[in-house]
Amino acid sequence: MRLLAVALAGLALAAAAAASEERPTPADIEDEVLCPTCETTLDQSDSPIAQRMKTFIRARIAAGDTKTEIKAKLVDEFGERILASPPREGFNLLAWWLPIAAVVAGAVALALLTWRWSRTRASGDPEGSDPSSGPEGSDPAPDLDPELERRLDEELARFEA
Amino acid sequence: LAVALVAALLGLLAWRLTHEEGGEVRAALERGERPAAPEFTLPRLDADGELSLASLRGKPVIVNFWASWCAPCEDEAPLLEAAWREHRDEGLVVVGIDYDDFRTDARRFAEKNGMTYPLVYDRGGDMAKRYGLKGVPETFFVDREGRLVGEPVVGGIDAREELRERFEAGLAAILS
Repeated sequence: MRLLAVALAGLALAAAAAASEERPTPADIEDEVLCPTCETTLDQSDSPIAQRMKTFIRARIAAGDTKTEIKAKLVDEFGERILASPPREGFNLLAWWLPIAAVVAGAVALALLTWRWSRTRASGDPEGSDPSSGPEGSDPAPDLDPELERRLDEELARFEA
Repeated sequence: LAVALVAALLGLLAWRLTHEEGGEVRAALERGERPAAPEFTLPRLDADGELSLASLRGKPVIVNFWASWCAPCEDEAPLLEAAWREHRDEGLVVVGIDYDDFRTDARRFAEKNGMTYPLVYDRGGDMAKRYGLKGVPETFFVDREGRLVGEPVVGGIDAREELRERFEAGLAAILS
């Protein structure tokens, strides 16, 4: 049931994206294109060139152009710098993949550090240690030399006497 | 490694901020120097082909950045046209660089305002960056050796008496 809901939601999103591509509204494009003189998106700008670009977008929508075609015509006039997101090709791919690579590298580094830390702790707690051998368990008292033990007992007996 | 990477990126950012393209040209002009004018080869707006600044070496050149949506550009266009007509026998070339504009709008604007001097198109604004443009209109003066001289006129030439005088001084400097 949950899988069906996810699939339906995915289909709905895909349909909306296709509609936006084939029959875009001005808002679909104006938030993806920058005003070249003010470097904010068109929907945030009222500069003369932004107004002219908005007029152009409406005219191209009325003429039946798709979103991709309209953006390509704007790039042809003003260059790629007017795209709010760089196109996913060539050197621009770095802008898309570098943050992902940084997150993956960070996760790998964290995993390695955690693994090393856990191994260090494990080597400080040797296997086979008898937890009942002392009050601390991991720090058993060393065996005493019998002669030393005898002398210690004598000293203690003298002290108690 | 991570610290070195972050330091390198911060260094790159600092370098980019302190070496803004065009900033060095403006700074040299403000110090009264005559820096080489940034070279360009741009597509013609009023004809087929391209026009390069290098091809104009030996001639005094006025480089004027403009756009069709810019009202002061419309006001100053007759003055640039008059200067071009008056001094073209002395070798003067006025080059209008259209910037941040639709080409069809620019051609309509040029026709409406009777601009007959060479017009080129700076798609993407790279040349505007190299000249350190502050906005449109803006006018630079290039001497016969290809060096920038005088003070650029930032704003419409006829907007204020001071700018008109700066234009006349720049024109006289490159014609001499």
